Amino acid sequence: MIELLASRYAYALMFVLLAIGLYMMIANENLVKKLIGVNLFQTAIFLFFVAVAYVEGGSSPVVPADPDPGAQLIASPLPHVIVLTAIVVGVALTAVGLALIVRIYAEYGTLREDTLREVRADD
Amino acid sequence: MTEAALVPALLVVVPILAATIPLALGLKVDRNGWSVAAVVCTALFGATIYLAAVVYGVVGSGGRVVHALGGYPRQYGIELVADELSTLIALLVTGVAAAVLAYTRVGGPRGNTFYSGWLLLTGGLLGLTLTGDVFNMFVFLEIVGLGTYALIASGDGPESAVAALKYLILGTVGASIYLIGVGFLFMSTGTLNMIELSTAVPETAGYDHTLVRAAFAFVFVGFAIKVAQWPLHTWQPDAYQHAPDGVTPLIAALVSTVSAYALGRVLYTVFGPEFLAVTPYATEVIVAVGAVSVVAGSTLAVVQRDVKRMLAYSSVSQFGLIVAAYGLVTETALIGAIVHLVGHGLMKAGLFVAVGVVAVGYGARRVEEYAGLAGERPFQAGSIAVLLIALVGIPPSIGFIGKWYIAVGAIEAGAWIVAGVIFLSTMLTLAYAARLLETMYFTPASATDRAHAPAGVATDGGTPSRVTVGMLALVVGVAVTAVALGFAGGTFFELLDPFVEEVFADV
Repeated sequence: MIELLASRYAYALMFVLLAIGLYMMIANENLVKKLIGVNLFQTAIFLFFVAVAYVEGGSSPVVPADPDPGAQLIASPLPHVIVLTAIVVGVALTAVGLALIVRIYAEYGTLREDTLREVRADD
Repeated sequence: MTEAALVPALLVVVPILAATIPLALGLKVDRNGWSVAAVVCTALFGATIYLAAVVYGVVGSGGRVVHALGGYPRQYGIELVADELSTLIALLVTGVAAAVLAYTRVGGPRGNTFYSGWLLLTGGLLGLTLTGDVFNMFVFLEIVGLGTYALIASGDGPESAVAALKYLILGTVGASIYLIGVGFLFMSTGTLNMIELSTAVPETAGYDHTLVRAAFAFVFVGFAIKVAQWPLHTWQPDAYQHAPDGVTPLIAALVSTVSAYALGRVLYTVFGPEFLAVTPYATEVIVAVGAVSVVAGSTLAVVQRDVKRMLAYSSVSQFGLIVAAYGLVTETALIGAIVHLVGHGLMKAGLFVAVGVVAVGYGARRVEEYAGLAGERPFQAGSIAVLLIALVGIPPSIGFIGKWYIAVGAIEAGAWIVAGVIFLSTMLTLAYAARLLETMYFTPASATDRAHAPAGVATDGGTPSRVTVGMLALVVGVAVTAVALGFAGGTFFELLDPFVEEVFADV
């Protein structure tokens, strides 16, 4: 168990971050902090993909002109590309989420979910 | 690369690029959004019909159409695949996206940005339908999500923003959980292409590999949120109820439908029926989730008073039926699931458009306000009645064919519980359908004080919302189609047979 954690700590860290993000989404009453939780949840997954691509002793996957490119030890580029795409998607989602929160704040005058529930119940 | 092979790429690229036109043109021309969306969606529908003709062998010899993006081989490139299944779903997507525009032209919401969102959502749905790559599927899942959140929030009331935010948080978690599953699949096999995965999963990793099983679990839970299965369905009733009337038909007919299609695609093309059969508790869990959703969704629908909310809970139960059919792993049940996907999409599109029309013309939103509708608006009431009866599954209708195939599949698989659940769900569907039918036809209008239709004055000087011939034609047209397709059960079977044969080839 200890050995597993020592050698695979990046994967363990991913699940810790996932759990923290999920907890923030569920337990926090503040809508902005909920969105930060969503971001943390996604970032944990990005970290996981980068960890998957890691090669012991490998360089970053920017391949220079080399007569024998197959002999170089480099990290796998595909997960990096995936993470880049996923980051863009995540930024777009955050933007839409924040825009919705701005509108909710303008309409109800609160960012807290419990207050929001009371206001809506009164309507 | 032949002409037909270009069509799948164009179907995805054209709407997404066209989504910028209403915004750019809006600098010069006011109110161009509807025209642009109508032209693009009709063109997409035409292109999909051509694609369908090629795939189903009306033109040429038939068979799947594959577009390799950028010409890269599928080991590390991305493919768009139009086969017998995805073409059928693409037809539904483009057809509904074009048809519902007949409602939004006068019924609103108006504005160029709204139609940009509409086209973005259509492009995302088509991408999700046609993609042959599991990571690309995640990207399109998120594009569909972004489009849906924006469209739901385009409603006037503040409630719609809250509903959209709730959906955004849950939907993002669902898609992210799916992405973890994709990561596990990539770790164990080293590929992301669906066809490659279907051979790499048994050969490179093995069906009993822990990573593959974990990937399956994550993918299923991720999609369970997107398809709105109990108890992860909570976003759906809010989203459907608070979205503008012009948006609900589109998202109710397409967003969850295409997500359910994607779930079926991953279950059957990537993992395959054999994986489902040999993995302990895989089919049991899928069937249980589906069956519980059927019962919970129908029961919650019966107690709703708002018609849109009632129909939203009805969607939870109908998708439960589809997910349960996936878990049966028989050819008949899979065909039933696909037919019911298409049929449910059509019927819900028609019902939600009809609900919008009634809200505009009659001012009714709650079940008791529908009193006397049959006397005053015979066409609307008649169409709602036909669609509700089709949803219950009374022949001849598309709803009957789907349920029939699923029931036969359940009996073939010896899953008597599922057969019982189908019977129970039919009864419960009848319960909420009959309540609305009874109110429309047998309760006199004067018995309850109904809300009056909104005054026909638009403050910005534009045309006020009113019921147009186009709206009525759309509602009646969908009702007629739902009945007419009831006679096409054999055709569906023949169209889908090559796909199902291939999936079950090595079982």
